[in-house]
Amino acid sequence: MALVKIPTPLRRLTNEKDEVTISSDSVTQMIIDLETEYPGIKDRLCDENGEIRKFINIYVNEEDIRFLKGPETEILENDTVSIIPAIAGGAS
Amino acid sequence: MSNSCVINLRCADSNCGKEYEKKANYVCEYCFGPLEVNYDYKKIKKVLTIEKILKREKTLWRYKELLPLDHDPTVGLNSGFTPLIKADNLAKKLGVDELYIKHDGVSFPTLSFKDRVVSVALSKAKELGFDTVGCASTGNLANSVAANATAANLKSFIFIPSDLEESKIIATSVYGSEVIGVNGSYDDVNRLCTEVLGSNNWGFVNINLRTYYAEGSKTVGYEIIEQLGWKAPKNIVVCMASGSLLTKIYKSVKEFEDLGFIEPNGTKIFGAQATGCSPISTAVKNKWPVFKPVKPQTIAKSLAIGNPADGINAINLLNSIDSYSEDVSDPEIVDAMKLLAETEGIFTETAGGVTLASAKKMIESGKIPKNESLVLVITGNGLKTQDPLVNNISKPYIIEPTMKDFERIFTKES
Repeated sequence: MALVKIPTPLRRLTNEKDEVTISSDSVTQMIIDLETEYPGIKDRLCDENGEIRKFINIYVNEEDIRFLKGPETEILENDTVSIIPAIAGGAS
Repeated sequence: MSNSCVINLRCADSNCGKEYEKKANYVCEYCFGPLEVNYDYKKIKKVLTIEKILKREKTLWRYKELLPLDHDPTVGLNSGFTPLIKADNLAKKLGVDELYIKHDGVSFPTLSFKDRVVSVALSKAKELGFDTVGCASTGNLANSVAANATAANLKSFIFIPSDLEESKIIATSVYGSEVIGVNGSYDDVNRLCTEVLGSNNWGFVNINLRTYYAEGSKTVGYEIIEQLGWKAPKNIVVCMASGSLLTKIYKSVKEFEDLGFIEPNGTKIFGAQATGCSPISTAVKNKWPVFKPVKPQTIAKSLAIGNPADGINAINLLNSIDSYSEDVSDPEIVDAMKLLAETEGIFTETAGGVTLASAKKMIESGKIPKNESLVLVITGNGLKTQDPLVNNISKPYIIEPTMKDFERIFTKES
């Protein structure tokens, strides 16, 4: 099982849980599995073309998946996946 | 009501575009995109003219219809309208024909461009009824929020990385704000502030007031255009921390074009970062659509944001106009600070060194044509960050109070 950290704005969909476990083997599969468990969440993570939204950052073990294999990035046993809205940002 | 030209707030992601009330909203609840101010440009076109602007006081508020307030401003009434200097000495050194320095290092009241964004953010905070404001800051924003909040009778909580330059800490604490030094980077400070905001109804200028705050940066661009005689320059170089200033200056040019105040001049804007914290430049150079967050390591602490909030917007803009972003080493930053001082008599802080050093590189590499008008945006004052110069500058001669000793060094002209 891998752990997924859920950001505050999505916790309404996960019954207020800030962490959930999944047995998905890739990020794409994780989104499908989360949607089965927490209907409505896919719509928040992906746009109408099914692409991960521009302002959502997904990290597998602290590495942004855009610098790994994107949605095809594998998720292994005991990995930690973080979903983080990009807005947590800077100043000038 | 008022004669406000603001309709509402809107998700900046064009695929989403969801609308929100003009409250302290800053992020689209649906797609997490940043919100932007949705202006009634038709109305602005009717009520704002160049003649009207010219009759107003020389502050950033002369463009108030293009700023996101519903009522007249109440904070920072004297800010803005810093000098635009024709920099012929520096132009000669760089080998360019027409060079200007927009000098926000003499901004009122705290000597950096942050006075612009803070004037707007705190005026909005008052409109929205906040009695306490705050910010996460690398220094300049801290100075400005502290000073302006005090003058506006607002309580303020200022969060900074604990390793900030001492002069910047003193220039914040002096105003009587609550100053909190956090053991961590700016990005850690900002994350903490987001949590603090979750349990306090405060106006954080760079978080829940960010949509309004960022608009203040447009005034840099409006002023440059006005000071050039209502003409946009061909090229502008600006340093980037979050990337917001760059995108807003470009927006200001587009707005003046759309309002018919100027003819389009094909203006290009270029980014500048310190190599030790260059997530945006690195992305642009590698043609990545997104940046990779970094752990900052540079003397340009005011630009040390490893996870820039407007990084994606800045990258998109620079790519869409086929522009570029450069980065420079710490020694190059110091050399550029000295170059600006020695040619134009302008003492800028490290961030200004980043801007000039990057511009120099882009001129040398041909990215910026030598025969086109060029404006360097200098965002802060050198008196704030003297540490990097201590061992890089000639020391004064120490002599006895006698003519003999003076002439020992400076022989009499014969």
